[in-house]
Amino acid sequence: MDLVFNLLPAAVPYWLRVGLAGVVCAVILITLMALGPIAYVYVETKIAGFMQDRIGPKRVGPHGLLQTVADALKLMFKEAIYPAGADKLLFILAPCLVVVGAFLSFVVLPFSSRLQAVDLNVGLFYVVAVSSISTVGLIMAGWASNNKYALFGAMRSAAQIVSYEIPAVMVLLTVVMMAGSLSLQDIVWAQAGGLSRWFLFRYFPLMPVAFVIFFTAGLAECNRAPFDIPEAESELVAGFHTEYSGFFFAMFFLAEYTEMFVVSVVASVLFLGGWMAPLPMLQQLGPVGLGPIWLLAKAWSLVFVMMWLRWTLPRLRVDQLMYVAWKVLLPIAMVLVVVVGGLVLWSPTASGFPWDRWAGWILAPLLVAYLAYMIVAARRWSARRTREMAA
Amino acid sequence: MSNPAYGWRVDDIDTDEMILNMGPQHPSTHGVLRIELRTDGEVVRAARPHIGYLHRCFEKHAESVDYPGVIPYTDRMDYVASMGNSLGYALAVEKLMGIEVSPYVQTIRVIMAELQRIASHCIAVGTYGMDIGAFTPFLHLLRDREKILDLFEWTCGARLLYNYNWVGGVSHDVPDGFVKAVRQFLREFDAITYPEMIDLLIKNKIFIKRTAGIGVCSPELAVSYDLTGPNLRGSGPPRDLRRDEPYLGYENYEFDVVVGEGKFGPRGSCFDRNWVRALEMKESAKILHQAVDRLEKMEHTDVHEKVPKRVKPAKGEVYARSEAPRGQLGYYIVADGTGINPYRVKVKSPCFTAMSIFHVLANGMYIADIIALIGSLDVVLGEIDR
Amino acid sequence: MDAPSIHGRLKDRFGEKIVAFQAEALQPWAVVAPDVIAEVAVFAKSDAALAFDNLLCLSAVDYPKEDPPRMEVVYHLFSYEHRHKFVLKVHLPREGAHVPTVEGTWAVANWHEREAYDLFGIVFDGHSDLRRILLPDDWVGHPLRKDWVDPDFYNGMHVKPTPQMAERAMAGEKIGVGPFDFTPPNRHVDE
Repeated sequence: MDLVFNLLPAAVPYWLRVGLAGVVCAVILITLMALGPIAYVYVETKIAGFMQDRIGPKRVGPHGLLQTVADALKLMFKEAIYPAGADKLLFILAPCLVVVGAFLSFVVLPFSSRLQAVDLNVGLFYVVAVSSISTVGLIMAGWASNNKYALFGAMRSAAQIVSYEIPAVMVLLTVVMMAGSLSLQDIVWAQAGGLSRWFLFRYFPLMPVAFVIFFTAGLAECNRAPFDIPEAESELVAGFHTEYSGFFFAMFFLAEYTEMFVVSVVASVLFLGGWMAPLPMLQQLGPVGLGPIWLLAKAWSLVFVMMWLRWTLPRLRVDQLMYVAWKVLLPIAMVLVVVVGGLVLWSPTASGFPWDRWAGWILAPLLVAYLAYMIVAARRWSARRTREMAA
Repeated sequence: MSNPAYGWRVDDIDTDEMILNMGPQHPSTHGVLRIELRTDGEVVRAARPHIGYLHRCFEKHAESVDYPGVIPYTDRMDYVASMGNSLGYALAVEKLMGIEVSPYVQTIRVIMAELQRIASHCIAVGTYGMDIGAFTPFLHLLRDREKILDLFEWTCGARLLYNYNWVGGVSHDVPDGFVKAVRQFLREFDAITYPEMIDLLIKNKIFIKRTAGIGVCSPELAVSYDLTGPNLRGSGPPRDLRRDEPYLGYENYEFDVVVGEGKFGPRGSCFDRNWVRALEMKESAKILHQAVDRLEKMEHTDVHEKVPKRVKPAKGEVYARSEAPRGQLGYYIVADGTGINPYRVKVKSPCFTAMSIFHVLANGMYIADIIALIGSLDVVLGEIDR
Repeated sequence: MDAPSIHGRLKDRFGEKIVAFQAEALQPWAVVAPDVIAEVAVFAKSDAALAFDNLLCLSAVDYPKEDPPRMEVVYHLFSYEHRHKFVLKVHLPREGAHVPTVEGTWAVANWHEREAYDLFGIVFDGHSDLRRILLPDDWVGHPLRKDWVDPDFYNGMHVKPTPQMAERAMAGEKIGVGPFDFTPPNRHVDE
């Protein structure tokens, strides 16, 4: 916002400059949010197709690129049906609230050192706070639909999101203690200086665990498989959005994919160095900053992992979900908070373990090597099978 | 009317309980089944299945057409495994008339029945994965079921409802190159389908956690409710008609009867029933390997050789069972000796009895487990309602 | 055990209540008096030598032309322990037929008996939940009886085409509502 503010000539009255800057930012972000899911849905269908040994969309546009556009248009022009006995006001308000909840987080996401709508000094706190608004929307949707399946979905989602918020926030505390700030921009700056400075690789065995906990809880908070019990299609038909159609349904869809993106961005800001490049020299290409590209690359990799999990894993049951949250993630998160807090306060380890300087440089290549090995092994497996088949 | 069998009436539910009506339009009731659930939050206190939404008066139709004319109707009962249905009917009428088909036709029937068993279990295991939330294995298995349907289409022109097993024979001889195609399919099955299914679905930790230990059915309960096929074998008793009362020369094939082992929790759980299905596919493949080897060396006879010009059994009645993919399929056929129509045909379908145990197993489950239970019983509503 | 010895064992226990025995049939059967069928069932299951723990099938058959006209309930029994089979039959009058339930012995009989009630109108005394199972609750009559006549109406709806409709269709006229054409394809008049 400051960027836009400064671009406007000083002759323009102050209130107009603030107003215009706000509007411009809002328009850009809303466009980003509205167009993003179109790309994600297309990518998701293609990934699903790849995993399920089929082609995926290919009829509309080249390689089916326009399929989601067509879907979105169709959804927009479809009739919105209000079920008999529904609370109409709440029924309409609910999807709006869900979208707003997902969208508000965008305000503080740092896409680079300057590309950020507002750098709130309580940024992280703000993200946590506004992302809970969606829950209210989901419960409203479930209640207003006058449908038992929707109600079940709403209650499940409330229980799930409230439960998983706790380990997620606990883990956020460790990051905040290390960075010493709630501002997302400050957190990114605290990870400056290449791969090994990323919070993921600090306090070596501790922070990777924190990352896994945060990512798991994030998955659960955006109702993605294997934690998609609020909309479990084989149990609750479609959960809280069973009764929604047309544009209102599209809004739930939008919110889900937006939340996925937000969670991924927040995870990369907190643990993967945000818009920082893995090597400091890759940060700039001549005069052009590559910050947004690095951030999007990290966030989209995490989105891909989410899709990958969705098409691989079965769904958990309600009680198992709660078990994971309260008996596995939460105790670990609590221990992490205490231990990391102590380490940060204790002067010898205040800036990390001695091996932190090179832990990242070893772990990251190992991780990449492992992934590469898996891909090669999978290819070899399929090649062997094909050969056996032909024999 | 009061229903002590289900232990509750609509007007005596508690204030914190509610009735959840699952179906007939519900994504995972495997057709049009309606279940009335009395739920306390997520916990199901009682369940009451309602069937009949797919009732097509099979038994009434059977009385108004002649004996061969019933076969297309049998195909439509268990539409996921039509070969097994018409085979059971053909065997029953042949028993009634004392027809003995040639070994060649028997081998063809065995091949078709076992291919159908694999295809049917592909659907069963695949949709079970989908019920639990894993979508990918379903499409992988469907892809391989497609290959079997191609073989059937090649043989008799139909992909779903074959009208293939006739009284006294089969409708078409297998085409040239059929044996080679089956071998190719079996290679693919052994190399890809089976290991992939085991790795991706059966060995998945979440899948095991979701299914092992729920819906546990003791062997006594299973026998009392006349569960058959994989549902019974999941509880332990190694009862398989192909082994116990061999027909079609099954006694000459080497295969194992798979039973539930209770690897991850009590024996007879949903996991065991599904596990039996998954492993049975392997056994069917074993039988197929032997059957195609025999078919090659065998003297070819006309497949219509024993088909009677007019099917008109003498007065009598027969109850004949065969091991369909979903369990023992029994036909009770009464012939009055005067008409060319059956006097009475009663079908004891394995899914009918499997569904009747549902309300016993469903008590005290979570709603998500209800889905897992329906899937593990592997019911096809076309066969329940007939 | 073979069929005659099974019959003998039942005969020893129940005497005159085992009315008849047909040994020549493909699957031999014994006819049991309706009032003792429940006791016979309990005996057949609990007796160590018989041990019929499995009810394979329970079916009803309508014989209006027999003398006297009768309805039969047929029980196919099987023993997992001894691997033997036996068939029991019960003869019932065609009107107001009722017979004790065997649900307490073989749980699976519950649904089989409901089906027999639904399609034949046989009342099973002591059945815990005797409702229609396959047909709708408001259905009138029992369609598998041999004297069943298809009704013209179901809940006020035509279930058969009226004679007028049939005549118009035979004359090649388009029968249907709005754009829908229900004329049988072979009745379309060629231009």
